[in-house]
Amino acid sequence: METAKKEPVIIIKDLVKAFGDKKILDGFNLTVEKGTNVVILGKSGSGKSVLIKCIIGLLQSDSGSINVFNENISKMAEDELDQARSKIGFLFQSNALYDSMTIRENLEFPLLRHWVDITSEEVERLVNEALENVDLLHTIDMMPSELSGGMLKRIALARTMILRPEIILYDEPTTGLDPVTSREIENLILKLQEKNHTSSIIISHDMNCVKNTADLVVLLLEGKCYIKGTFEELKQSTDENIKQFFE
Amino acid sequence: MSLVIRFKNFLDETGNIARFTGRFFSLGIKPRYELKEFFNQCYTIGYLSLPLVGLTAFIMGLVLTMQLRPSLVDYGVESQLPVMVGLAIVREIGPVITALIFAGKIGSSIGAELGSMKVTEQIDAMTVSGIKPFKYLVATRVLATTLMLPLLTILGDAISLFGAYLGVNIRSVTSFDLFFLQVFKSLDFSDVLPAITKTFFFGFAVGIVGCYKGFNSTKGTQGVGISANSAVVLSSVLIFIIDLLAVQITELLGLN
Repeated sequence: METAKKEPVIIIKDLVKAFGDKKILDGFNLTVEKGTNVVILGKSGSGKSVLIKCIIGLLQSDSGSINVFNENISKMAEDELDQARSKIGFLFQSNALYDSMTIRENLEFPLLRHWVDITSEEVERLVNEALENVDLLHTIDMMPSELSGGMLKRIALARTMILRPEIILYDEPTTGLDPVTSREIENLILKLQEKNHTSSIIISHDMNCVKNTADLVVLLLEGKCYIKGTFEELKQSTDENIKQFFE
Repeated sequence: MSLVIRFKNFLDETGNIARFTGRFFSLGIKPRYELKEFFNQCYTIGYLSLPLVGLTAFIMGLVLTMQLRPSLVDYGVESQLPVMVGLAIVREIGPVITALIFAGKIGSSIGAELGSMKVTEQIDAMTVSGIKPFKYLVATRVLATTLMLPLLTILGDAISLFGAYLGVNIRSVTSFDLFFLQVFKSLDFSDVLPAITKTFFFGFAVGIVGCYKGFNSTKGTQGVGISANSAVVLSSVLIFIIDLLAVQITELLGLN
């Protein structure tokens, strides 16, 4: 039986991005459907992070188009881009929590700037809810420097989710974490996706993370989408370029 | 590195700073205003710099008086010591030394803070949250440095004159009233106004250079150090250039 095709939320067509003479993305194509987790696999320096930074508008692509909810991100003015960004969350590899602010202030900061009419009671409720979602409500008045790597990742995830984004971009969410904490983060990603019905692009080298979170795996090679499929489909491939990731 | 490449890099850097300054004027004056962060920066940049500025100003006034006295004694004009010290402090030494101390403390701290935020992707995190980091981080700091340095200079001048008063009293006895009467009698509106006006430009230079260097920091933690260091060096050089221009303009306007 043929399954109904889901609505696409991100459509990337012929994306090209070069730094100097070096082409990092060279005609990359990808469609992300609503409610799916797409994992981008690739060697270090293959352009995975560049790709998601182009999607969020941190980097400007040289050519091609990135349509998010049918709007071309690469042609947007700064103010339009800010509006579009409110629908996209980004989890940084380094967490990028504001180290001069408490956890509460880290979470309040985007809220107060995006939703200017929000009451202080509502802010308090949303911050508490976001921290409860990651089981870290007790850290609310702590500074980021007082927390462990795994806790920081969960707080960063809570901050990413607080604006209720419809799409989340994860830049290596489990890198540098022990297997147990990695598993916790993966479960959290799946739990929050199920709760908020988000679509995601996950950059990862961690094959456990890929296996546990991916609906679709895309291999980025030489700036192009080399192959895409489910984890099991790619695992069974005899292609040397694919096999090396599963060995 | 060849001289041509160095010159090209210098021109590139100058162009980038000019563009960064232009961005400050185009973005920084538009709402929404980050008032809370601006007052927070005024407190950090202004109030917390006061002890250092006060101490250096006090020592500067004291030492300047002690150094000037022998020369004035030789010429038999020791009684003019308060006038000489007062003019030197208010017109030149107060604003420039305060600005250099300010560049060392605040320029380096802004360069290092923003540089560290840049390399740890905190600035990118603001951008992806739809917050304008230029407005939140740069505009608030540059405005705070521009407004706080003149205030610090006025306070520094007052503390420096008090140091000078104590310096005068080491070898002779002059009353507090007489000392300050002589100082203020010798000062004119045209001595005070250009001296305070130029400190707005000094403060602006320290803020914009510190923010530019921090905002464009690269190469990880090493880059943060480079940003902090080059922010101090460049803003100190700019202070002297602005001072030179200020003297020329003052002369052209007949305020000297």
